[in-house]
Amino acid sequence: MKKLILTFLFSPLLISSIMAQKTFPQNGVFDHREGLFAFVNATIHASPGQVTENASIIIKDGKIVRVGSGVSVPQDAVVYDLKGYHIYPSFIDMYSNYGMPEPASEGSRPDRQPQMLTNKKGAYMWNEALKPEFKADEAFKTNTDQAKELRGLGFGAVATHRHDGISRGTAALVQLGNGKEHELILKSETAHHMAFSKGKSTQSYPSSLMGSIALIRQTYLDADWYSKEGYKEEVNISLEAWNEAKKLPQIFDTRDRLELLRAQKIAKEFGLSYIFKGSGDEYMRLDNIKATNAPLIIPVKFPAPYDVSDAFDAMQVSLSDMKHWELAPSNPARLAKAGISFALTPHGLKKKSAFLKNIKKAIKHGLSEKDALAALTTTPAKLMKAESLIGTLSSGKMANFIVTNKPIFEDGATIHQNWVGGQGFVLKGFPEEAELVEGIYNLNVGKEKYKLHVTWDEDKPSYKIKENDTTDVKVKYAYENKIISLSFKDDGKLVRLSGTSDNTKAKGQGYDTSGRWVDWAISPTREPIEKEEKKDKKKPKSEQPELGDVVYPFLPYGWKEKPKAETVLIKNATLWTNEKEGNIVADILLSNGKISQIGEGLTARADKTIDAKGKHVTSGIIDEHAHIAISKGVNEGTQYSSAEVSIAHVVNSEDVNIYRNLSGGVVAAQLLHGSANPIGGQSGIVKFKWGFTPDEMLIPNAAPFIKFALGENVKQSNWGDKYTIRFPQSRMGVEEVYDDHFTRAKEYGQLKRSGKPYRKDLEMETLLEILESKRFITCHSYVQSEINMLMKVAERHGFTLNTFTHILEGYKIADKMAKHGAGGSTFSDWWAYKYEVIDAIPYNAAILAKMDVVTALNSDDAEMSRRLNQEAAKVVMYGGMSEEEAWKLVTLNPAKLLHLDKNMGSLKVGKDADVVIWSENPLSIYAKAEMTFVDGIKFFDRQEDLKKREEIREERNRLVQKMLGEKNNGAATQAPSMKRQHHYHCDHIDDEMGEHHEHHEDHHHDH
Amino acid sequence: MKHISSIIIILLSFHFSWGQQTPAEPQSKPVLILGGTAHLGNGKKINNAAITFENGKIVFVGDAATVKVDMSKFDVVDGKGKHIYPGFIAPNTQIGLVEVDAVRATRDFYEVGHFNPSVRALIAYNTDSRVTPTIRSNGVMMAQIVPKGGRIPGQSSVMMLDGWNWEDAQYKADEGIHLQWPSSFRRTGWWAAPGPIQKNDKYQEQIANIKKFFDESKAYAEKAKPETINLKFEAMKGLFDGSKQLYIHTNFAKAMMEAILWAKEYDITPVIVGGKDAWQITDFLKEHDIKIILKKTQDLPVREYDDIDQPFKTPQMLEDAGITYCFSLDGAWEQRNYVFQAGQAVAFGLDYEDAIKGLTLGAAKVLGIDDQVGSLEKGKDATIIISKGDVLDMRTCVIEYAFINGRKIDLDNKQKALSRKFTKKFGIDVLHD
Repeated sequence: MKKLILTFLFSPLLISSIMAQKTFPQNGVFDHREGLFAFVNATIHASPGQVTENASIIIKDGKIVRVGSGVSVPQDAVVYDLKGYHIYPSFIDMYSNYGMPEPASEGSRPDRQPQMLTNKKGAYMWNEALKPEFKADEAFKTNTDQAKELRGLGFGAVATHRHDGISRGTAALVQLGNGKEHELILKSETAHHMAFSKGKSTQSYPSSLMGSIALIRQTYLDADWYSKEGYKEEVNISLEAWNEAKKLPQIFDTRDRLELLRAQKIAKEFGLSYIFKGSGDEYMRLDNIKATNAPLIIPVKFPAPYDVSDAFDAMQVSLSDMKHWELAPSNPARLAKAGISFALTPHGLKKKSAFLKNIKKAIKHGLSEKDALAALTTTPAKLMKAESLIGTLSSGKMANFIVTNKPIFEDGATIHQNWVGGQGFVLKGFPEEAELVEGIYNLNVGKEKYKLHVTWDEDKPSYKIKENDTTDVKVKYAYENKIISLSFKDDGKLVRLSGTSDNTKAKGQGYDTSGRWVDWAISPTREPIEKEEKKDKKKPKSEQPELGDVVYPFLPYGWKEKPKAETVLIKNATLWTNEKEGNIVADILLSNGKISQIGEGLTARADKTIDAKGKHVTSGIIDEHAHIAISKGVNEGTQYSSAEVSIAHVVNSEDVNIYRNLSGGVVAAQLLHGSANPIGGQSGIVKFKWGFTPDEMLIPNAAPFIKFALGENVKQSNWGDKYTIRFPQSRMGVEEVYDDHFTRAKEYGQLKRSGKPYRKDLEMETLLEILESKRFITCHSYVQSEINMLMKVAERHGFTLNTFTHILEGYKIADKMAKHGAGGSTFSDWWAYKYEVIDAIPYNAAILAKMDVVTALNSDDAEMSRRLNQEAAKVVMYGGMSEEEAWKLVTLNPAKLLHLDKNMGSLKVGKDADVVIWSENPLSIYAKAEMTFVDGIKFFDRQEDLKKREEIREERNRLVQKMLGEKNNGAATQAPSMKRQHHYHCDHIDDEMGEHHEHHEDHHHDH
Repeated sequence: MKHISSIIIILLSFHFSWGQQTPAEPQSKPVLILGGTAHLGNGKKINNAAITFENGKIVFVGDAATVKVDMSKFDVVDGKGKHIYPGFIAPNTQIGLVEVDAVRATRDFYEVGHFNPSVRALIAYNTDSRVTPTIRSNGVMMAQIVPKGGRIPGQSSVMMLDGWNWEDAQYKADEGIHLQWPSSFRRTGWWAAPGPIQKNDKYQEQIANIKKFFDESKAYAEKAKPETINLKFEAMKGLFDGSKQLYIHTNFAKAMMEAILWAKEYDITPVIVGGKDAWQITDFLKEHDIKIILKKTQDLPVREYDDIDQPFKTPQMLEDAGITYCFSLDGAWEQRNYVFQAGQAVAFGLDYEDAIKGLTLGAAKVLGIDDQVGSLEKGKDATIIISKGDVLDMRTCVIEYAFINGRKIDLDNKQKALSRKFTKKFGIDVLHD
């Protein structure tokens, strides 16, 4: 039992008002109090790792005066003896929205029509998602309910901001005490907050993640221009605020690990350091996140186990979700072990009360108590540059501390009090010193005699009447204001007693079973209480749980260790060289990521030698037009030009279709912006390096490309009858968009070269690159008139249109394309899905090729892309192309169109070792890619794939068992949900699972 | 009678046309296909085959070496080195119901309302669709045309892909009613930012609505003479007297089981359309004698962690389990790639002749027309195709002859005509057949 030392009891709210508000008129008698308190004999955890037993803390006027052992206690201080108790600095949340107004939209967006500009009136930014002028200190209003909840978790101060928008304005550091805002704001501006999510903005732009990235980048440029030149031309309150806020720490909210890496790229580009608010999945890309050197703010949101008791429903839960359930609690420990500095936040918890419980869970998963405490106190204080105010217990700092019954992270630890700026708040009363200690007592009620057993569990006593060791009767017990009351049933009738007590005896009056007013008394028996009687809730200190592996990417078929390039000798295969030698039977050596030798009877030393007799070896398939491996939006179709956005910024390395494509012999792809607008976005040209990061997937020094689009999609023909506002609505207008933009880009180039000051414009920069033939166009196109038009536009503006993609009517003007020098990347046999493809023919590729147009076949489809070899074979079927030429349609020719043919697209010594071993003639539907190498690294092996399936089965089974175990132990579970695989493509309405669409979706956007 | 030794080749006369092919004349003279590999559609093949047909029906199928016929009585097709198959039957399509997907005026497969059992796909069937000949050119001779949308979109029919109007193109009219089983999972988010797929909390309610409709339909069907005629319930009668099939569209294993057990309460053995997860419950499907129209096998796996080739190998798993199934491919123009669904399955373990069965006799069985068509057997319709090479592989597939009920089908199409037009302009050659 706890030794009982204290006898003070506070009003549940406030102990005293410390500071007076000097500028305010006084109503009533002036009541200044010094607030001089001394807390003595406590164990004080002044900062992480610094523990002093038997120490004292003196506070005055809301601040700490002295801390330590042997400090002298002022005579006029109110003294509290905290023997047996612990004192910690109160926690700090630097990612709060405490006291902030509910985010709201500035207005509303017209139904199914674009909102081109902000609805916010005034001299602010054009984009509603940018609100750097929002200041938390101006908007802050105390909220007693919220403050009480946060204090209950141990928090004393929070940095709060409004969680809304791409620029969210500044945060303020506030105390969680009661009083006027004037007193509670500790620091008016602690940070500028940013995010990719546009929040409540109803403005159309940006609609995609890449749009948000472009908007942020442009805003940095605009702010820079404004401070130098722009201020002479306009007043822009937002840009002024942005420039002011740049002096503060920049905190960037990220929704997943890849967003964090994407934001870091922005920081790097503009020479900034961000603090990242993470999402809790950082462990999935730990090394890369470590390499940013950025401090983090980490939520402790750990998913509940899925209810997997129904086998069929359980099947729908993705492996990554299951694994994340298991590994999420280890995230903080892994970050700490990697030496990453981080603060913890309760942000994102549905039930805030789970905060401390989850931190304890993180500690069980390897986080040290010292690191945990630092993440709650010193680290946030330091990141906010508020370490002189809060975070540790030392003289001069705010009197923000909590009193606990035992070390805070131990089981059964209770926060009894939370002092904020010298205001004391009671969360839970201390056990009273006059309560009965553990033991067996005689209870005499009138003439009746009972045996009373008192046991203590932590700080809660339990009273029972025992008879002959067989029956237990629970005794209701209360001790309040020094009065003890007991009630229990005897033979179904109630006995009610009240009186006074000390540690070993009690007495008083009450009613016996027959309702008579009688005397009663409790006296000790000196009988020892039996061990088993005491409920032993304390579980044995659990070992660190056994966890599954982190795999890269964090998906099924991910790697435990990233594969490396090897020297591989493939012997006796039919080599489809795509060179003048044609198909030959020979050996091929891959080393250092390159094709190093081709010839008969090669004898080089190799890590692996593969006898591929009877098999076929080709260079890997290159998909000129793909939309897989893209995060959060493939179109920024909100404006007719979005040249400033780039798919390269949103490459998604965590898409299982990368692996599936490798299984179809596909090694590289141009990841394209959609076709919603005439001038789309820049491309991401990647190799399918499964497990690597987005940046590692991007092909270094690849020629830059941009997507253009023509026809029905850009004129919104199939978006429904309401989409008739955005220019252009006809093929006539499409030409105007191009002519206008290239004219402006030319003028922009002239201004730029003139040496005069100019506003750097990312859209214009991109278009200028096109005019200077430094960036190439791949244009979504169907109908001959528009294809012809765009070639004429290009000729007028002095560049060559590189590629027409889809180009289903290319066969009608193949002669003009050849003359202009445009290539074509087409479908083998698609047609009739929209009006502009009614004249599409499967002979298109054959005709284009015959007319000397560089011709490729593309997928535009996550499913078909892994069968591009079959699509090539269809040109043999429709049009009678030779097999060797047909094979080039998916290898050498797309390499040429993408300006990658110097290193890719054929089997030639010196080219990249992007090589596929096929079970038979790769044009056959029966052919299977057996191994796929990218840069000499084997990323797919059909035999190893079988092993991976087995591992996936075992891992799922292990996790299912573990979840069932938790459910049986009474853990709350969540209903199974299925991870959605989204597949973008240009012209097809998606029809996942072929199921009924229960949920309305906007199907009018083509990609 | 003389032993066959010489080979006479029929000269084909192609119509030069703008994609508007003229329906074929009825068969006037017996035809002999001599030589070639005949894939019978029932899992068997004959390496050097002789096949004769007369008045639209197959008269003889056998080994060419053992047969003696008077060749002068036949139009003889030289099958040597070629492959002969029953004409392919594509189930669950929108052929003739839509011309251009994105153009609303050409979409005729969706009617307003949740329960439309009286709506018939048949009468919207466009025999003059420019799309259909491009499908025929790839060997599909017959198709089930199916309405879509709502809970019960309507009735399907089996059509021959050649005819002057829907009446003479029909093969089995109004043969089934389609039911879209509710999704046990529901999608969240939107296309650019998909949320997780969560349990559909209206699932039970939606099933209850179906049950109510069926209960009322059944009660109506049992009345001798209803006071008020209800066309919806009239249409439903066929399900209870066995004259129409019930096609239930669903993919998840649990939903399939629930749907089947539900239908059994009405003494209906449904056909499952979709069946992506059918491989998980083959014993159950076998036990309940369920036939399956398997959706698109050239597809991505349902779940991220599924075997990467799961859709490719599902047909083989159903075949091994002894389940009657056939291939399918949703949509209209897409049916040109119908046969390759089977080719893909062969690459991943399905026996070749079984794959052909899945495009022919299997489909005929599922649609309940296998006593008349679907295999190269005596007495059955002479619905036959001949390909220069293996038809399941695009590398070798070149369809040279096609017959529906013995009528010789024009294999030209709009796309070939457009190609001819422009290759002529440019003075180049590409192969069109």
